[in-house]
Amino acid sequence: MRERALIIGAGIAGIQAALDIANSGYEVVLVEKEPSIGGHMAQLSETFPTLDCSQCIMTPRTVEVGHHENIRLYTYSDIESIKRDGSDGDFTVTIRRHAAYIDWDKCNGCGTCQEKCPFKVESIFERGIGPRKVVYTLSPQAVPNKPVIDAENCRYLQSLWDMQAGRIPSVDKNGNPAKPKCGACLKFCPTEAIDFEQKDTLIEEKVGAIIVSTGYDLFPQSRLPEYGGGNIPDVVDGLAFERLLAASGPTAGKVIRPSDGKQPLEVVFIQCSGSRDPERGMPYCSKICCMYTAKQAILYKHRVPEGQAYVFYIDVRAGGKGYEEFLNRAQEEEGVVYLRGKVSKLFREGDKIIVKGADTLSNRTVEIAADMVVLATAVVPRSSSSQIAEMLDLEMDENGFFTASDEELEPVASNIAGIFLAGTGLGPKDIPETVAQASGAAAKVLSLFQREKVTA
Amino acid sequence: MRTRISSASVRGDFVTQVETISGQSLLACNQCGKCSAGCPVAFGVDILPNQVIRLAQLGIQDVLESQTIWTCAACLTCVSRCPKGIDLPRVMEALRLIYMENSGNVIEPTSIPETMVAEVPQLAIIGGFRKYSR
Amino acid sequence: MSIAYFPGCTLSTKATGYDISGRAVAQALGMPLEELPEWQCCGATFPLATENSMALIAPTRILTQVQKSGGKVTTLCAICFHVLRRSQNFLEAHPEMLERINWFTEEPYDGKATVTHFLEILRDEVTWKGLAEKVTNPLKGLKVAPYYGCLLLRPPSEIKMDDPDNPTILHDCLAALGCEVVDFPYQSECCGSYLTVSKPELPHKLANEILESARRHGAQALVTACPLCQFNLDYPQRPEHQMLMGNEIPVLYFTQLMAVALGLEQATWGMDKHYIDPRPLFESFRLSVVGDPLKTDH
Repeated sequence: MRERALIIGAGIAGIQAALDIANSGYEVVLVEKEPSIGGHMAQLSETFPTLDCSQCIMTPRTVEVGHHENIRLYTYSDIESIKRDGSDGDFTVTIRRHAAYIDWDKCNGCGTCQEKCPFKVESIFERGIGPRKVVYTLSPQAVPNKPVIDAENCRYLQSLWDMQAGRIPSVDKNGNPAKPKCGACLKFCPTEAIDFEQKDTLIEEKVGAIIVSTGYDLFPQSRLPEYGGGNIPDVVDGLAFERLLAASGPTAGKVIRPSDGKQPLEVVFIQCSGSRDPERGMPYCSKICCMYTAKQAILYKHRVPEGQAYVFYIDVRAGGKGYEEFLNRAQEEEGVVYLRGKVSKLFREGDKIIVKGADTLSNRTVEIAADMVVLATAVVPRSSSSQIAEMLDLEMDENGFFTASDEELEPVASNIAGIFLAGTGLGPKDIPETVAQASGAAAKVLSLFQREKVTA
Repeated sequence: MRTRISSASVRGDFVTQVETISGQSLLACNQCGKCSAGCPVAFGVDILPNQVIRLAQLGIQDVLESQTIWTCAACLTCVSRCPKGIDLPRVMEALRLIYMENSGNVIEPTSIPETMVAEVPQLAIIGGFRKYSR
Repeated sequence: MSIAYFPGCTLSTKATGYDISGRAVAQALGMPLEELPEWQCCGATFPLATENSMALIAPTRILTQVQKSGGKVTTLCAICFHVLRRSQNFLEAHPEMLERINWFTEEPYDGKATVTHFLEILRDEVTWKGLAEKVTNPLKGLKVAPYYGCLLLRPPSEIKMDDPDNPTILHDCLAALGCEVVDFPYQSECCGSYLTVSKPELPHKLANEILESARRHGAQALVTACPLCQFNLDYPQRPEHQMLMGNEIPVLYFTQLMAVALGLEQATWGMDKHYIDPRPLFESFRLSVVGDPLKTDH
């Protein structure tokens, strides 16, 4: 057996597992589809219940991953195929590294291309709060801190390809070869790292064990028509609110309304948006929302001391260490008002959002004219999870999460020998649990390698 | 006086009757309150729709004395939004039927003023009758 | 191509405007409504108790007539539609109940009829494009708010016509007629329904909220598909109530607006029995009338 591990997904689970294995002296191939590592944790402002700055606690690890001699990091890459060798059980993995149109060996991360790029597009990382440039890194602390060019929106590449395919003329009015549009980054890059001829590359790696840590996504607002269906700019989801709170985010940490930039003074948080809803959403509880909603309400009050936060809840789930005390802090110290009842409907009225809810504890139907609404939308599996499951023949539950080989006693082992699981790809969980599972999966891999050594 | 709760109340005849007539499993309701939040008439009644279900769950027959079951307009907003798919209008109907079985009709033909009969669309009168009498 | 039609008791008496305009526009669109030869009241409520076989006899008799008239029926009254659609769903899903009901009726029902609302016929058979092409009086500039009410769309799992939280069927109809469609948040909030008989102060309050919201969003008129909604929203606006303080909004049936837009003569609009008269709204429009070249005015 080859004593090398493949880790699919470089969120905090993949990062932790990679470091555990690499620090034990074994090689790790770490594959991540985004241009840089960190997953959703990189989007967070602060984490509960400590209110540590997310980037601050994560960066030492991401930097270590970036420099580690035992970690071969492939970002902006997808798994193309995985084949298992019958004789020794090793996996042959084909990785597709997408063309970034920038030579990362030449690039020194100066950021000039991003500065000079004239075009902005919607940023998925910023969750609708702010744009990014067509040539971009996900954040200033990105690891690797090398940008990629979004070909679909790049004027240069689109016009170049149109000319090559004959869709537009490749000679100008005077008979000279036509130039593709823009090309600002090409002009200004000090190290000549822009390479518009770059192609996808396929790389083959052989490994003895795999850890799948593909992470989560959020339930789309379009499936919540009674909450605006995603069409009201000031109704945002949890991750979008994180981007508003984040100091390195598009508003530099100022909590403002996406619609008009004004500071919201009445903010409504709605828990269980899409969770605990077998009829029209996901049947399960998403576990982290009660805690992150309390966190967001506390942080909002820190930023806007004269503001008022309301949380509509069915139950409050705060089972971890220090969690109940954190909830008490939200109510007693920050004056967050908790109203027990699920909101039935909300709609825009002028520049307010009318929220129609109920407080079952005081036996009243209630109405709030909010400036902003934050929906704690359900945690759902990433679409890439099902692709990986199919490739590896992994079992998934009816909600699309990976199934462990025994949910009680083997929570990080999959149904396939040599393949392990960690993190939110298995189901909703917070950061401490994710990191614990990651180390658990890494330990399983290390014991596999060790057993080979001892018995060989 | 405290409300005594025992298997005689939570698994008694009243609960069985309500569940049989409505075809609903009352304990499936986790009291999230979305029904009450969307109910158009809940502002003007003594107990909220979710509380009607709550009292029925506990076998508390006082629920038959509430205004709510007679104020339900069967707009069906509650059942359309309930995360557990509980058909509240059916539970309301079951409670009305049980009440009327014991206490007679709530509305009588002679009680409707003639001016109303002349102006109101008859489907409202027919609908009202079918809800408030047997 | 005619289509079997169930008018229901209210459309045949108090809400004749809906019936007259409905028949006229269907005729103009080439699909005349053919009233069922024999019918009685549908019962106005869909019986909600699990043992409902007696209460379903009336709708079943209607569906038997539909079966004898070709197997497909359309309705205008949202409540009749709701009752027949849910009854049909129920009978299809519970053949044993259908069998039991058939013991009590004069003729047995085969359980196979198709129940439609006229809006579905417009959407699926005439198509909005087809309707727009037949419009001779586009109602440009007329701001109309579609009011869906409750029973036309709910419960969505059974009615399956449109999403009650994000409906478009009346929006599309109005757009095809050339109106400026006014989206407003109270479009599927309840009007109070039959509480108008037992607790009239509640529908009064609800009507106030609905009309105020429509007014705030700039509506000049409301359209609906239900005679009870029409009544509950029109009646409280009468002069002695001063509900909207001189800013009254006429409440029309969508078929009445269609009759105007299709250039049909005023007799077919059925607008003489409203509490708030909608006719002044149309005076500013240069209207042409179908089949009467002398009255054409462009």
